[in-house]
Amino acid sequence: MADAIKTLFKPGHTACAGCGQAIAARLVVDTAGPNTIIANNTGCLEVFSSKYPETSWGVPWIHSLFENAAAVASGIESALKYLGIKDKVNVIAQAGDGGTADIGLQALSGMWERGHDILYVCYDNEAYMNTGCQRSGLTPFEANTSTSPSGKQSLGNLRPKKPMPEIAVAHGIPYVATASVGYPQDVQRKVKKALSIKGTKYIQIHVPCPLGWRHLPGLTFDIAKLAVETGLYPLIEYEEGKLTQVRNLLKVKPVEEYLNPQGRFKHILNSPEAVKLIQQIADRNIEKYSLMETKA
Amino acid sequence: MAKPVEHSIGIAKPGSSLANKTGTWRTEVKPKFLQKNCIACKMCILICPEGCVSGEAKNTYNCDFAYCKGCGNCAAICPKKDIEMVKE
Amino acid sequence: MRQFIEGSKAVALAVKLCKPGVISAYPITPQTHIVEELAQLVADAELKAEFVNVESEHSAASLVLGSTACGVRSFTATSSQGFLLMLEVLFNIAGMRLPLVMTCANRSVSAPLNIWNDQQDSMTARDSGWIQLFAENNQEVVDLHLQAYKIAEDKDVLLPVMVCMDGFILTHGAEVVDIPEQTLVDKFLPPFNLINKLDINNPKTLGAFADPDYYMEARFAMQVANDNALKVIPRVAGEFSKVFGRDSGGLFEGYRIEDAEQVIVSLGSLVGTIKEAVDELRREGKKAGVLKLITYRPFPASAIYQALKNVPEIAVVEKAVSLGLSGPLYADLKSSFSCSAKRTNKISGFVIGLGGRDVTKDSIKEIFDLLSKEEKACRFIGLKQG
Repeated sequence: MADAIKTLFKPGHTACAGCGQAIAARLVVDTAGPNTIIANNTGCLEVFSSKYPETSWGVPWIHSLFENAAAVASGIESALKYLGIKDKVNVIAQAGDGGTADIGLQALSGMWERGHDILYVCYDNEAYMNTGCQRSGLTPFEANTSTSPSGKQSLGNLRPKKPMPEIAVAHGIPYVATASVGYPQDVQRKVKKALSIKGTKYIQIHVPCPLGWRHLPGLTFDIAKLAVETGLYPLIEYEEGKLTQVRNLLKVKPVEEYLNPQGRFKHILNSPEAVKLIQQIADRNIEKYSLMETKA
Repeated sequence: MAKPVEHSIGIAKPGSSLANKTGTWRTEVKPKFLQKNCIACKMCILICPEGCVSGEAKNTYNCDFAYCKGCGNCAAICPKKDIEMVKE
Repeated sequence: MRQFIEGSKAVALAVKLCKPGVISAYPITPQTHIVEELAQLVADAELKAEFVNVESEHSAASLVLGSTACGVRSFTATSSQGFLLMLEVLFNIAGMRLPLVMTCANRSVSAPLNIWNDQQDSMTARDSGWIQLFAENNQEVVDLHLQAYKIAEDKDVLLPVMVCMDGFILTHGAEVVDIPEQTLVDKFLPPFNLINKLDINNPKTLGAFADPDYYMEARFAMQVANDNALKVIPRVAGEFSKVFGRDSGGLFEGYRIEDAEQVIVSLGSLVGTIKEAVDELRREGKKAGVLKLITYRPFPASAIYQALKNVPEIAVVEKAVSLGLSGPLYADLKSSFSCSAKRTNKISGFVIGLGGRDVTKDSIKEIFDLLSKEEKACRFIGLKQG
């Protein structure tokens, strides 16, 4: 049976059942194909896919530190340029949301600014899951994490998500997109498109984490979809700084549908005021990205 | 020169994780590929976190239970409800 | 060809002769002239390499980690605070067994902020697995860089090498230096061929995660590689001497130590001053000598012991301090005498010249005078009175 499995990200890895990041990582590498070199930050993905002496990776893959995949990938790209084979090889740097938006942001900004021909993929599971669900700069508003717990005086995380796609766009890079494992073919399309563009690319993929978000493993797909359908995780694409595509919503679902199955939002479900604040975030997204407008 | 340990520690061979049979992780349920209404859309392949689903033509899809952790996302994504989660 | 040039330019020319494909650095005094020279060599197409300006030393080290992992010879340089920022990556490069070469333009560490020379920066990497070579003068700086790649890339070593040169004193000091011909360097240094590299035709996973079943073996392998380096370093120095016709490098150099009754052990440019003091003392009839340690890591403990075991009074003089203990070299040297149950040598430690404080011949003579006094692990020399 193992012979039938055609993937560059082999089974036997130790991700939790229903791991959204594992889904996305495989979509990315299989879309990129064998002529790809990956630099991976420290994090869940790195740990569950490369436990010595085993590895799931079927492409050349390197892990160095938590915050430096963008710089390591820059070195790989520079080496390939020196060897004269850059055009034959895709270089991908990848990390979780903490490794991207917090500790890895400086190296990432440097990589963007220098314009290396690299695709950077951020697997956004919205907290430091590898260390036990601590808050990151991409943890959503009011989510209960182990370092942004809800309590007598707190509704959980006090801040909205850091606007990474906009920060990427501000660097003047040619392609920026968000994606979601709720839309696997969209992930494939965006990775393919990104790799067809020369220069620096950024894709941020929403990947539910059953353990950290406290939902059933079988709900990963549905919850990822609901984040998009409620307007909380807009799927957008920027090319050369311009918003060129959004996934339109025919019917917007109320945010409760997304929040209800997740333990990390359990503390606000009985508080209409708290839920309203999240609904406002969704409403602002819908307006900002014109998610309800059908294209002419 | 002394060489008790290979320099290659920390360097692993591609795809060697296949040695780790994660199917033993399953506790309560596993997917049953009914192979009746399948339209070969391949969504179950795309969504499987393990990458252990395979198949080509309609109604030929199944998963490798040596690796399946029983999460159930294949059943969730199947547009034809042709995958059921059943008791182990 | 003999040239009257600044030390930093000499480094750049030596690095150019080693044909690196990727160079990355972030500016910090007193390293800047090295990378400015290299940037100009690339801009003038005298060196075919990718020169990448990055946003921090952390990224500079990470970038050359990535390029070395592709099997492309690479180079970086830093100093002081930049060195400390790099430190996380430096440990990683050594652990991944990537044979990179870098220059440390030795400078003090903050606080207080101070841009002048001592060796406290590179000392923080002494436990990292990097091979650390210290240069006395700019000819040695050139020669050690050429040897560094050959040592690092040796299949029995595969460890990164840092060449440490005193900031300003060497980096900004001009002297006559022989820059070898490319043909000779090509004869000495074969092309870089890394076996475990990132290659789409042979996809390997590098930097895998090791649990308690594997981690210790990986670290032990680094210790073995360090032991191997103690043999490879003198061998490479011997090959260097054959090709270039001058002695340079190796584990250490003894200067008038054969019959010496008092020997100073030291590192870097300080040794030049000590040699002059030794010559003067010899003229006065005193049996003084100096042991210049070139290879600080791996530490050649038994070779040093053999060289110094019959010397009654030994001083370790260093521009660094392991606060709360003594100078780091003092602690290392003392441990190399621990094999002798009945040690009669008096071994004292002296910290000198921190943050660019001048070191004079007189202060060296003061140290020789202090050797007959009580053995002490840590005396600061040259402090202001009152």
